[in-house]
Amino acid sequence: MKKLLSGNEAVARGVFEAGVKLASAYPGTPSTEILETIARDYRSIYCEWSPNEKVAFEVGIGGSLGGGRSLVTMKHVGLNVAADPLMTFSYTGVNAGFVFISADDPDMHSSQNEQDNRIFAKFAQVPFLEPSDSQESKEMMLEAYEISERFDTPVMVRMTTRISHSKGMVDFDDPIDAPKQKQFDRDVTKYVMVPAHARARHVVMLEREERLKKYVETSQFNRVEEFGTELGIITGGISYQYVKEVMPEVDVLKIGIGFPMPLEMIGKFVKAHKRVIIVEELEPYYEDIIKSAGMTDVEGKIYTGRTGELSPHRVAQSMNKAGVLDYSTPNGFEPGEMFARPPMLCPGCPHRGLFTVLKKLKLTVTGDIGCYTLGATKPLEALHSCFCMGASIGNAIGMEKVNGTGSGVVAVLGDSTFLHSGITGVLDAVYNKSNTVIIIADNRVTAMTGGQEHPATGRTLMGEKTKEVDFVKLCEALGVESVRVIDPLNYDETMTVVKEEIERPGPSVVITDKPCVLMPKRIMETPYEVILDECNGCSACFRIGCPAIYPSKEMTDRGRPKAEIDATLCTGCTLCAQICLPEAIVLTQIPEKVGS
Amino acid sequence: MYENMTNILIVGVGGQGVLLASELLSEVAIMTGNDVKKSEVHGMSQRGGVVSSHVRYGSQVFSPIIPYRKADIILSFEQSEGLRALDWLLPEGKIIVSRTRLVPPSAHLGGLGYPDDPIAEIKAKNADMIAVDADKMALELGNPRLVNTILLAVASPFLKFEKAVWQEAIRKLVKPKFVEINLKAFDLGCDLAQPKSVA
Repeated sequence: MKKLLSGNEAVARGVFEAGVKLASAYPGTPSTEILETIARDYRSIYCEWSPNEKVAFEVGIGGSLGGGRSLVTMKHVGLNVAADPLMTFSYTGVNAGFVFISADDPDMHSSQNEQDNRIFAKFAQVPFLEPSDSQESKEMMLEAYEISERFDTPVMVRMTTRISHSKGMVDFDDPIDAPKQKQFDRDVTKYVMVPAHARARHVVMLEREERLKKYVETSQFNRVEEFGTELGIITGGISYQYVKEVMPEVDVLKIGIGFPMPLEMIGKFVKAHKRVIIVEELEPYYEDIIKSAGMTDVEGKIYTGRTGELSPHRVAQSMNKAGVLDYSTPNGFEPGEMFARPPMLCPGCPHRGLFTVLKKLKLTVTGDIGCYTLGATKPLEALHSCFCMGASIGNAIGMEKVNGTGSGVVAVLGDSTFLHSGITGVLDAVYNKSNTVIIIADNRVTAMTGGQEHPATGRTLMGEKTKEVDFVKLCEALGVESVRVIDPLNYDETMTVVKEEIERPGPSVVITDKPCVLMPKRIMETPYEVILDECNGCSACFRIGCPAIYPSKEMTDRGRPKAEIDATLCTGCTLCAQICLPEAIVLTQIPEKVGS
Repeated sequence: MYENMTNILIVGVGGQGVLLASELLSEVAIMTGNDVKKSEVHGMSQRGGVVSSHVRYGSQVFSPIIPYRKADIILSFEQSEGLRALDWLLPEGKIIVSRTRLVPPSAHLGGLGYPDDPIAEIKAKNADMIAVDADKMALELGNPRLVNTILLAVASPFLKFEKAVWQEAIRKLVKPKFVEINLKAFDLGCDLAQPKSVA
């Protein structure tokens, strides 16, 4: 049977066919659908959303030690969080097979940086495989578990957004005869990494690398496609598809296992070709390794560049620049300069209420990773920093320490982000007597990645009921003396509470308690409308950046557009009505049934 | 090298159901024995940003994204996004645009605004265009999501798949209770595709 699967769905299928017992992750674009697919389609596998990638990774290690093949998935920056267990797990090696996915995001479709985690695998000295389509995404999972067990090593499979989210045809096979569950061997010299043991394991790890170097020379995933050309291209991952697209009949060495690299195979390929060009996205990873192995004539990054995604167009341009392909930008239509359509907070989003107040108070807001990062976009522009999960709290503490009390620094982070990496930040604020206000924008879901469960939603990934974290009790237990819960869509209440907490000495936590309007349930109340005769064109409602509010064709006497509300988009959140001075925004008189 | 390959770009705004249309088209291409790839970007784009889905089919597909300016057909769920996507169209390609107009708040707060008449601009550039009131038709049929099926139906005569295959794909992918209304929407879209009825 063949099916059209995304790279992520294909990984899930591969995991199933490989007889995996446990899968853990924290959601992160573009990796999220792997565990969602497992939870939906392959119910025999235990799977969980962990509070963060480090915990997920440690759970996966536990699964492997316990004797079941295990999977951990994350987006590229998630590996930064999981780096601690990874670096030492590489020393101990596995019991049952252990594979982790790093889903990188070249071009930052939904990320804060575009770090190239191929370098991370090399740093951790773990082998990595890199699929170039959905079929390979499945096949490589089976291969990755084989390598993991044969060489006693964690294995990384490196996806990118284009592989994870593109769909291609995939052959389905039956699951392999699952390897028998291996009992945990209480070998302290292997698994207890105190210095004396770790010194010995470091040597074992380096010996493993030597054995892997031999193996990769013969792996079917590193292969040469010969057409007899003087030019040779070395490529891997999605870049391989772009090379085939623009130069289908050029000799190609396709890298499927990127660490360790098949240097003998590469050496022969380089010798057999007059000129060799490397085509790879982001960092000169292959190029640096190949050059430092003495093959200094190869070229690459001078043509392809180091930022963003490649594409057939970019590869063709690069090859034209290298003088090996005659290519110019094809003729076509020029749309001219276009307005931007940036992502924004949804109509009715509770974060909008919060940011409207923070903006009005002109506060400096350290931000975090989630939907609410969109508070930084026009017209709100009420969030002023964003680094990584949980950073908002530490950032606010530091800023307040150098600027002095009363400088009005507020940290904003979401519920899932708070549980991921914010708890220790609060602890620091209490311990080191910070005066910051920490606002947990609690919408009871991991919204940005598509609505996943987390430890405060009361449900697990596998659909079971579970305990819900109580944020108030948690923060009080951490030592915060002032913990207050507000309705962020109540403008006056939010204004009063934030003002009071800014004034109050010592750290405080403010928790907003309105759920996401989209997930898990779509919230649609009776929409509001503008009484055009009452609207004075002041534009205050435009400045909250609600997609449901648009300028009317009707102008005021002074030639300013009045406002109108799109009844199909308005959720009836009431925020605009609360800030409208002439009280021109009212509940729609004849309630209509909207939505679907 | 593109003779053997069909490239369809489907564009719109987050939340409009662009991805559903590309699923249906991919299914039809698979049912007729093609290799198929499609590519789209999730994540931030769901929050009201631009969404695009590339669908490619033929005997063997390499890149999941359409090479620049090689789209045979563009389906746009929104006027201005049709204009924006025009950049990807083959000079002899065809663009099918829903007259839906979605103006983001940022476009009326200074800076570059929403174009007055994107459809007229597309026409002025001499692109081969069919503009349809897909959103109005869908609402008349009782479900805004039907824009998907209507646009695909308008494109169908140019995609050269038999109508029966489209109908089978709809039966396969659409939830049972929405099958009949989708088949009806498909018929309506097919009528629109006839040159004489295009406004």
